[in-house]
Amino acid sequence: MLHFELVTPEKLVRSEDVYMVVVPGTEGDFGVLEGHAPVMSTIRDGALSVYRTEKGEPELIAIEGGFAEVSATGLTVLAERTA
Amino acid sequence: MASLKALKIRIGSVKSTQKITKAMKMVAAAKLRRAQEAAIAARPYALRLEQVMASLASKVTVSESSPKLLAGTGKDQVHLLVIATSERGLAGAFNSNIVRAARRKAEELERAGKTVKFYVAGKKGRVIKRFFPTQILADHEMSHIKTVAFADAKAITDDLIARYEAGEFDIAHLFYARFQSALVQEPVGRQIIPVALPSAANDVAASSATAAVEYEPDEESILAALLPRNIAIQIFGALLENAASEQGSRMTAMDNATRNAGDMINRLTIQYNRSRQAAITTELVEIISGAEALK
Repeated sequence: MLHFELVTPEKLVRSEDVYMVVVPGTEGDFGVLEGHAPVMSTIRDGALSVYRTEKGEPELIAIEGGFAEVSATGLTVLAERTA
Repeated sequence: MASLKALKIRIGSVKSTQKITKAMKMVAAAKLRRAQEAAIAARPYALRLEQVMASLASKVTVSESSPKLLAGTGKDQVHLLVIATSERGLAGAFNSNIVRAARRKAEELERAGKTVKFYVAGKKGRVIKRFFPTQILADHEMSHIKTVAFADAKAITDDLIARYEAGEFDIAHLFYARFQSALVQEPVGRQIIPVALPSAANDVAASSATAAVEYEPDEESILAALLPRNIAIQIFGALLENAASEQGSRMTAMDNATRNAGDMINRLTIQYNRSRQAAITTELVEIISGAEALK
């Protein structure tokens, strides 16, 4: 499982283990699964698709002013605002 | 000596003042707790952003071509002092401490031959006009804000950055009160523009920075995108600390006021009882001497 954290300046919105997250990066969308290579990317305003399970429907979280970091500990998304 | 009636009215008035200060203390205590929670909730973001900035800092060298927010304007002539205070008074020395810290810095800078301008955020910071009437660059309206949101900090940041790009100042300092405890709030000033990059050497991020991280787009563009956000988060943090400090300071001030009122009530009550006793004694003496005279 991938450890996914969504943080805004006001609070820690999410901190959970999920199957996959599709991130709308400024240079194109990319999906992050467990064991993804380390990446830092800016995010365009849009929606994160969070897949809790392999087959399930994605949950969409709209974010603004985002930044994503993939490291050994998982995916961290910093966003100025979530909807 | 004040008449009995006057004393009684005085005691009543001090009592109702005490009720108000007591209520204000309670309210401040409740708000303080909430303000502290908000400040704690903001920590993860600030921490993560700092780590990212630190790991980027180790990759990017500051040069002429770096973003202006990082490299500076190449001058240090015009200093902008951003003064963040509260909207309301009756919070002890909270606001005056911040303003005093800013004033000291301003005087120091002026002695060094620099130009000083002020940016006021919060109604109580406006007293700085008394000392530097011609140097107020802007007065940021905050009276509609109940609880500080990130958007408020962002609005200040955008305004500051626009003025910076327009060349209105070279260096910006931010003044606010750091929250240590309900009893202690320390006024501090620190430079926010240009951004001082955290040194990567002493950070946890340094270890992850050495790993082969892919940057999308490149390091410089990410850094450029993150710089304004870094300033915003610093201002946001300052506003949150300020909110907590304000409530802490008010709580302490109101606690003192309540205690003072209590002392004053005791003193007045004693005075009241003495005067009443004196009046009774006088009356008795009059009656007795009258009765004696009739014998």
